[in-house]
Amino acid sequence: MRGGRESGKPADDQWSSRLALTVNGVGHDLTLDNRTTLLDALRERLGLTGSKKGCDHGQCGSCTVLLDGRRVKSCLVLAVTLDGREVITVEGLAGRRLYPLQAAFVAHDAFQCGYCTPGQICSARGMLDEVSRDWPSAVTADLTAPVELTDAEVRERMSGNLCRCAAYPNIVTAIRAAASSR
Amino acid sequence: MRAFRYHRPADVAEAVALLDADPEAAYLGGGTNLVDLMKLGVQRPGLLVDVTGLPLDTVEPGPDGGLRIGATVRNSDLAAHPLVRRDYPVLARALLDAASGQLRNMATTAGNLLQRTRCAYFQDTAKACNKREPGTGCAALHGQNRELAILGWSERCVATHPSDLAVALVALDAVVEVREPGGPRDVPLAELHRTPGDHPERETTLPRGALITAVRVPPLPFARRSTYLKVRDRAAFAFAVGSVAAALDLDGDVVRDVRLAYGAVAHQPWRAYRAEELLRGRPFTAELAAQAADAELAAARPLRHNGFKVPLIRNITVRALTGLAGSVRP
Repeated sequence: MRGGRESGKPADDQWSSRLALTVNGVGHDLTLDNRTTLLDALRERLGLTGSKKGCDHGQCGSCTVLLDGRRVKSCLVLAVTLDGREVITVEGLAGRRLYPLQAAFVAHDAFQCGYCTPGQICSARGMLDEVSRDWPSAVTADLTAPVELTDAEVRERMSGNLCRCAAYPNIVTAIRAAASSR
Repeated sequence: MRAFRYHRPADVAEAVALLDADPEAAYLGGGTNLVDLMKLGVQRPGLLVDVTGLPLDTVEPGPDGGLRIGATVRNSDLAAHPLVRRDYPVLARALLDAASGQLRNMATTAGNLLQRTRCAYFQDTAKACNKREPGTGCAALHGQNRELAILGWSERCVATHPSDLAVALVALDAVVEVREPGGPRDVPLAELHRTPGDHPERETTLPRGALITAVRVPPLPFARRSTYLKVRDRAAFAFAVGSVAAALDLDGDVVRDVRLAYGAVAHQPWRAYRAEELLRGRPFTAELAAQAADAELAAARPLRHNGFKVPLIRNITVRALTGLAGSVRP
């Protein structure tokens, strides 16, 4: 057992836990204060500062990462809950070339200051996987039909990612371009 | 944030025993509300009992139709489930109208039902709030109360329940399966949440340590014609200002059966029994739908800033029911 129940641990260590976390394919063995969010673990312990802290309350989406393949807001995930899990951040998307969504954001000028961009790209990656599984959204007219990725669908599905520069029109264009080349 | 211990229980019994034994312990589901409230200092648990590893994450069809939804099924998985989309559109719509894609991937079924009010005074530890600190007063009663209750509130608390899912489930007569320190029990969802009365800090009828393990949705064939209409201040990713869950069963023009529930109007999801009663057995018209809503809303006591919710709820009742009536007619 972990946490306060781990045998041989001093009593004052009940507030922290050990966990094994795989990030972008690399395994890490971490001991963290139980209060540490996934976002803070990524940025402050692993030096992966691509994921951004915007609101730190699950509202802006700039901290979005993929957890076991699904998009989540890393500021509201406690790292202690992730023993044995796999995380992909924006740093883990590109190979020798830019990931197609990254290239599309560049090609379509889908950002200004760039602060929200890593979260936008991770969110879009998770979102396109959801579309490929035909998950409906709030603007899907027929809940049981295959999903057609219209502008309205992209806007609704990306509503968990704010862009204070309001690059939204080009973000929609970039995501649709990347989706059509998938 | 206060430091806390963390534990993953091996089974439901251990989870319940841990909560029962420690008054400072709290269950952790998806964390989308609890972790936020811990950052704000509104909730300060000394032990988190993480229930997401328990085997409560499946959606099973019932033997006689209906569904049994595990407590830790994520909102996104529930909304995408083929049976939910086909047989209970009101449920899928309520889920999809809530939060964002990322949060729906995290939030659990039971956690959604037990989430706390988004009343701004509850979330601000500098403000008086009887729900957060009993006996300190209610800053919302004469404060900015546009988003808050019009039905069933008390002088002690005017908070609303923020869940969309709960509104759809209460319309469907869902039953919550609970494990209590004394054993298992079924609680109709309509009896899960309390009116605030003198004790707004007590939000549910569950005893300390109780763990919701599943939600059962009974079979309701006419729920294939059901919908959820949510009004909010922006078109996406916002809590309801008012909402309605509706299902309609017509025999020709006559209302054979109907289900109606309202969200963002009270301390609990508000099943509109009076409106349903008025609709049943009568030829359906938009005027009848408006009369039914008026009958339900006769008990409304709007606060200073939310009088608009009364006509809003009436209007979305009419819109939801006429839409369903149009789709039911051959």
